[in-house]
Amino acid sequence: MATDNLYNAQFMDHVAHPYYKYKMEDETYSHQGVNPSCGDDLTLQIKIGDDGKIEEASYQGHGCAISQASADMMSDLMIDKTPEEAMELCKLFGDMVRGEQKDPEELDKLDEASMLQSISRMPARVKCAELAWRTLEEIFKEQGIAH
Amino acid sequence: MSQDTQGEAKAVKAREGTLDIAANPFKADFPLLVKHPELTFLDSAATAQRPEVVLQAERTFYETMNANPLRGLYKLSVEATQAIADTRKHIAEFIGASDPDEVIFTRNASESLNLIAHSLGGSILRKGDEVAITIMEHHSNLIPWQQICRHVGATLVYIRPDANGHISQEEIEAKIGPKTKIVSSTQLSNVLGVIPPIKAMSDRAHEVGAYMVVDGAQSVPHMRVNVEEQGIDLLAFSAHKLGGPMGIGVLWGKRDILESMPPFLTGGEMIDSVTEDDAVWAPIPAKFEAGTQDAAGIFATDAAISYIESLDRDALEKREHELTAYLAKRLMELPYVTVLGSQDPEDHLAAVSFNVGDVHPHDVSSILDMSDVAIRAGHHCAQPLLTWMGISSCCRASVAFYNDKADIDNLIDALENVWKVFNIGD
Repeated sequence: MATDNLYNAQFMDHVAHPYYKYKMEDETYSHQGVNPSCGDDLTLQIKIGDDGKIEEASYQGHGCAISQASADMMSDLMIDKTPEEAMELCKLFGDMVRGEQKDPEELDKLDEASMLQSISRMPARVKCAELAWRTLEEIFKEQGIAH
Repeated sequence: MSQDTQGEAKAVKAREGTLDIAANPFKADFPLLVKHPELTFLDSAATAQRPEVVLQAERTFYETMNANPLRGLYKLSVEATQAIADTRKHIAEFIGASDPDEVIFTRNASESLNLIAHSLGGSILRKGDEVAITIMEHHSNLIPWQQICRHVGATLVYIRPDANGHISQEEIEAKIGPKTKIVSSTQLSNVLGVIPPIKAMSDRAHEVGAYMVVDGAQSVPHMRVNVEEQGIDLLAFSAHKLGGPMGIGVLWGKRDILESMPPFLTGGEMIDSVTEDDAVWAPIPAKFEAGTQDAAGIFATDAAISYIESLDRDALEKREHELTAYLAKRLMELPYVTVLGSQDPEDHLAAVSFNVGDVHPHDVSSILDMSDVAIRAGHHCAQPLLTWMGISSCCRASVAFYNDKADIDNLIDALENVWKVFNIGD
């Protein structure tokens, strides 16, 4: 069925051993994202380097495995990206989980996060998968850095 | 009890195997379950599956009697009108009421409860009055009261159960008092599967001069409801949880109360006469039924009730009790599963809610879906209850008579898989 390949070892590794789930002390921006209906609650932190690129991303909080693993994969992907590139990737991710972008070449840009493509067949979980990405977009929109 | 008055009239024999939860003499009646033999459907508290006779009835209506009921003076319209009248009568009998005109058709239980809160609450509540509901209410029996209380300056008071989900007499007397004008309670919690003491609450409500409203969305499908014996003044439920079509709700109320209430929706069909400046309302039930009714759905609701009545309700209830107890017992046997509410397996009906370690219920549900096991996960439209219990979401498995022991065994096996997925490498 739809979810057959989602909760695999690679995915579960992000849940059991998240690489980017920690509190950053010298972040540039910090922003909270919540899905009130499922209780997902996540605080995303990013540090912008002197070159204007994302130097580091981390998150804390609690929620379902999909929201957590997705945040972990996103944090990894965003390192060394400009805000504009980050916004494009957020849009691409959103299109993927909504089933609007299926081109494998395009989805390769999402690196590991492309494994969440099967979310497009689980409409109730789109919000979970998108939480971190939406939160990142909000940071840039609020700061007027990119739109 | 109602068993005598309602059961005697139509003596029906239980199907062979009804009382053996390993057997399933019902599945073949349900086209969806036949079409999906791989499916373990444990979400009947959200919506029931429909038997073939209900699907057939919808078709029969459109094939043989389709016309706009009430309006036309020709034969077809008269037949459609008669179909609605017959269903009204049938529903009244089904819930132990004597007057078919007291049965109002709405779109769903939520609309029925909104109608009550708006029309009854709106006309009798004054600043300083109280409305008492239980903390176990579905949002449908909570938000309408929140809204009307805020609007008129009344206070919403919560009746709280103990850890087992039981409401004590002391709690009833403490929360229903001289300021209480309306008491509204579920008759079967959609989360805890526990049965609140409706009669004790209605006795107390009537003692202080308050109305007793009951949300029967969960109870009507699983237990005998008798409005007269249980002291209910107004009852709301829906057809779709009963095996009937989606989009049909029922509001039953005592005649004098319904007659005293202003209409909720206005327009066609609900008036006697209209002038440029005014309108005279039609008598009940029409007063509360503005616009064209879903006559086919109402006709099919009649078929759903007939189907249930043909199966011996007491035997069905017994089977559902046994299925629920088995479900609760098997869940309690899993060391990583926490069952919410009563820890007595016999103390649940239809629904059992639980959590799997600290795995998020949405993940549990998604992984169960890999094994074609369908349950509900989330807040079950009862956020204040979950918050009060200190959780934000949970899983819920719910049964109906067309489930069997194998369905529950499938769930347990699939839960073991959930636990495995979340504990690999630890």
